[in-house]
Order: sequence, then structure tokens, then C-alpha cells
Amino acid sequence: MGQNTVKSSEQLAWLIRRHGVEMTHLSGGSHLGAILSVADIMGVLYAEILRYNPEHPRWEGRDRFILSKGHAGASVYAALAESGFFPVDELKTHYQNGSRLSGHVSHHLPGVDLSTGSLGHGLGVGAGMAYSLKKDARTERVFVVMGDGECNEGSVWEAALFANHFRLNNLIAVIDHNHMQSLDFNENTLEIEDFASKWKAFGWDVIEIDGNNHHELRKAFSIAGQSPEHKPTVIIANTIKGKGVSFMQNDILWHYRFPHDGWEYDTAVTELLASKPEGIEDPYTPDGIELPTLPKETDDINNDHTFSYTWKPISYPEKMRRVEATPGSSEREHKL
Amino acid sequence: MRDTFVKTMIEIAKSNPDIQLITGDLGFGVLKPFWEQCPDQFTNAGIAEQNMTSVAAGMALEGKTVFTYSIGNFPTLRCLEQIRNDCAYHKGNVKIVCVGGGFVYGSLGMSHHATEDIAIMRALPGVAVVCPADLVEAEEATKAIANYPGTVYLRLGRGGEKRIHEKIDNFKIGKAIKVQDGEQVAIFSTGAIYEEIRDALPVLKKNGINPAVYTFPTVKPIDKEVITKYAQDFDLIVTCEEHNVVGGFGSAVAEIMAEIPTKANLLKMGIEDTYCSAVGNQKYLRRFNRLDSKSIAERILNKLNEE
Repeated sequence: MGQNTVKSSEQLAWLIRRHGVEMTHLSGGSHLGAILSVADIMGVLYAEILRYNPEHPRWEGRDRFILSKGHAGASVYAALAESGFFPVDELKTHYQNGSRLSGHVSHHLPGVDLSTGSLGHGLGVGAGMAYSLKKDARTERVFVVMGDGECNEGSVWEAALFANHFRLNNLIAVIDHNHMQSLDFNENTLEIEDFASKWKAFGWDVIEIDGNNHHELRKAFSIAGQSPEHKPTVIIANTIKGKGVSFMQNDILWHYRFPHDGWEYDTAVTELLASKPEGIEDPYTPDGIELPTLPKETDDINNDHTFSYTWKPISYPEKMRRVEATPGSSEREHKL
Repeated sequence: MRDTFVKTMIEIAKSNPDIQLITGDLGFGVLKPFWEQCPDQFTNAGIAEQNMTSVAAGMALEGKTVFTYSIGNFPTLRCLEQIRNDCAYHKGNVKIVCVGGGFVYGSLGMSHHATEDIAIMRALPGVAVVCPADLVEAEEATKAIANYPGTVYLRLGRGGEKRIHEKIDNFKIGKAIKVQDGEQVAIFSTGAIYEEIRDALPVLKKNGINPAVYTFPTVKPIDKEVITKYAQDFDLIVTCEEHNVVGGFGSAVAEIMAEIPTKANLLKMGIEDTYCSAVGNQKYLRRFNRLDSKSIAERILNKLNEE
């Protein structure tokens, strides 16, 4: 348990989202969609699952944690700051000159075991940690959070083979399966479904859940690593990219765009405030935004940037298309 | 050289339980003594060098000293980013071991020629690059890198090299080793190509040249002191490596010489920035690339005649 945080997973996840909006807003940083999709996974891990000690970040008895999808760095920074590893105020320095908080995860911060940013590294390093811990008969576990697009990388599958072969049941991978990657949906990039079967075929125990549902996350973590065959576990956490801010959901634009001054920031903050759990304060706009700027009819909101940008006008090669999807929805129509 | 490496590894692994050796599914007939004698310190990661290197980084972060082992370019170029991000950036105690530097696997073709590895590994901050010339250097280097903090690249030759040095006193990462004193010309080499230098010496002698000779088992950090001394006192410095002339050992020497006042000219001998599509064994390909003892002697004499 995160013995030094008094926040519930819901509170922590909300704070991660709020920090994510503020940090990208202030810095002009990218990847807010990914930060929002992974926020619930991070909230549950840091509030309830991981063993750590912010007073002694390198404590031997800690669980190891790697955010392999390093572009969602703001989520782990926020989780660490809210869990007491460094002052929450420092989050505002994200991306800034002289900051410790690079856009992608840096280990030059207390509580971070591995710098990431290039995809496909975390699972292998996590496997090495887990392997070493087992060799030393230690009981700490290793958690690696990956992206689904990241699973395009061959090195992920090398690590998957290794972890199964060496029966690393102290290794738990979580895939933030928000179904989107750099230019489009996963399914229109490199088809990855049936995703669970792929991991099963690689010898892993697979748990599929709604990754924005804390109850399901908790349950998955409670049964992970229990396999009598000592298999590693992967939790395929089906999430929604941009989760928590309606106009960012399932829209590839918000993989890149930061909330600009005006309606983008105001609407995001106002919407988040409406879902704030009891018992915590909004660290930036505690009383909300008094007169929020609202989107005008001419503003680019709730438009489909995935299909509009990538597919229209007809420029993207048709042979890439394997799925039809609706923005804001997780429904998919698979094409042959 | 690889047998010397394995013998030395067994010795150090037995005295240090934190030593680990991971192979990328290579070492048939070579690593057997290691896995027989140190089974808990041996892992075969399969034909998956990227993961092997990340796993090594993860184990190093947990306090192990991990040697990764493969041949040719597989432990380096195939997994370069894992070396850079996971090992070197985290100052991980990972020692990357390549068997077959240069044209060791000559006849196997271009894929197996490790001829840019020194340059590429040398460019990574915090990575030491170690290329022993003979069995004595290989043994000393293996022991030294096990105790050297951080990420190290160890570039070995093949089997069957001879002893050149009788013994080496006080082997140190970063120090060149004097083979002989001389005058006017200094020959510096790194790695197993030294055997060609040795065979060139009688020819040079017959022509009245008595060069100072050093081996550089460490290309990075490089022995600035030795280079500076000879650059200032001698007429010609010759570098020799079984590697591309771009970015490797000769370049490292040139970098030092470019920043100090020198008397000496520089003759860099290596592969002339080309891939080698000729088929043949190591000796043949050295000759093909004018890195055999005869060509080396000729090139030095020609250079001296130019001056």
C-alpha cells in the first residue's frame, strides 16, 4: 500500500488529470490524451497497490515501477508529487528550462527507477529487475505500464518471451489500451486484435478489464501474479484516450495539442471540476473559473480529427483501414 | 581470446556472486565451462539482443554486474538504443562483450564484420571502450572492467590469438601499454590487429626504422598522455585498427592531436570507409584492406618517403 498517501485512488486519479491539464497548458506540452487515459491506472497503483516510501525513494523493499509509455510522464510526476516524493509545486516546471521534469520520464527525480521515452524498453528492463529480484529470493514486485501502440515494437515481444520463459510471476504489465496511437486507431495502424490471445500465446496470464474503472483495476491487481504456473501477468486495461474531458476523448488531436488559453483550458477545467471527488481541492482553480470562455460555434470542438485529419481528404492509403470508429465512442466496426 | 575471456569470467564470477553473464544464444563450445561452473550466474536470453540488453540494465539497476555476450554487431548495433538509454544513461553496470571485432568472421559476410562498433560505442557518453590486443590484455581487461563502474564495451578477437605481452604490470582502463621504445615513428594500435604490426616490425627494421610501439587496450577513455608525448617528440604517429577509419581509434588519436601543438604527422590505417563485400578469412580481408603486415610496413615507409 502507498502508506504515505492519504488519498483515495479516485482522488489521486482526479488530481493526476487536473495536474495533467495544468502542466500541458503551462508548458505547451503534448500527450494529454495519454495522460488522461492512464490516470486511473496510475491513481490505483499509487494510492493502493505499490509499496514505496517517499522518505527513502530507493528503499530496497519498494515495488519497482516503470512507466514505459514515457510520453505520459506528467501522470507519474503528478502521482509522485501527490504521494510525497517532491513538492507538488514543482509540477509547474514541467518542460521548463532548468526543470527536473522532462516531457518524457526522467530518473533524475526521486521515485523514478527508469527513464523512458523511446517505446519498447520498459518491459525488458522490468523483466531484468524481476529476474534479478527472483534470483535474490526477494518478494518485491515489478509493475510496467505500457501503451498499446508501444506493442508495435518488436522488443516488447522479445521481453514477453523472456518473462514467460523465466516464469517471472513478480512482473505485472499493464497496457493502457486506449486503442489510439500516433496517427490513428491501433486497428488502422498495425492490427493488434485479438490482443489478449497474443499475450496468452506468449505464455502470459491475461486479465482484461475496463481500465478507467477503479473497482476493476483493484480486482485485477489483487489477482495478478497468483498463477500456479508462475506466469507473468498482463492486465489489458481498456481505456479511453482523453478520458475525463469529453471533447478530448477518442480524438487523436489531443495526443498532441495542449489546452490553449480560452475555451479549451476553461472548458477542460470546468468539466473536470464537475467530477471532482469529495475531500480534495483543485490545486490551481479552487473556486473554479468564474466566467469560463465557452466554445463558439465556429470553434473546432467535438470534431473528428482522427478520421478528418488522417483520412480526409482521401490521402491516407485505404489499405491501412481495418476499422471504422466513431469519435467519443469505444465502439468499433471491424472490417475484413 | 574468447576462451581466455571465459576462463577469466569463471574466476571472477566465483569470487563475486553479483557477476552475471547473459548470452544472446551464442557461445556454442565456448561458454559451456561457465554455465557448468556458475549455473546461477548464467542466462541465455535467446536471439533477442534488444531484450537481452534491457534485461541486463534491469539487473544492473538491482545491483548486479552483468556481462552481455554475443558476436559481431549483435550485442552493439542491434540494440544500440537499449545500450544508450537503459544502460549508459542509468550508469548501469553492464559490460557488453563482442566476440569477433573486425574481420574475425570474415568469410561469413558483411553482416558479421564488426567494423564500425568502436566509433559508435565511443560516441556514447559514459561508455568505456576496451579492445584487447592479445590473451594477456584480454584477461587483464576482463578483470578490470568487472570492477570499472558503469557501462563498458569489450571488443574481443576470436580464438587462437597468441600472447604478445609476457605480462602486464598495473593494467589500467585508460592506459596504453608500451611494447617497445623507438625513435622518429610511433605505432599505436588497438585490438588484435597488433599481430600484423608485430610482423611488420622486422621489415621496418630492415629499412632502418625503429618505431616506438604501443597497444591501446582502451580506446575510451584514451591515453592522452602517451599520445601527447609522442605527438610532440616524434615525426610520425601511425594508428592501426581493424575498423573503419571514420570515428574509431585513429579518430580518437586525431582528436587529441588536433588540440595540441604537435611535431608529428598522423597516418591513420583502417578500413577506408567502405563495406567489405570481398569474401575471405580474416587474414585475407586484412590484406584486401591493406591492413596486413606487409601493407602496413609499405604504407609507413611510403609515408616517411613523402616527408
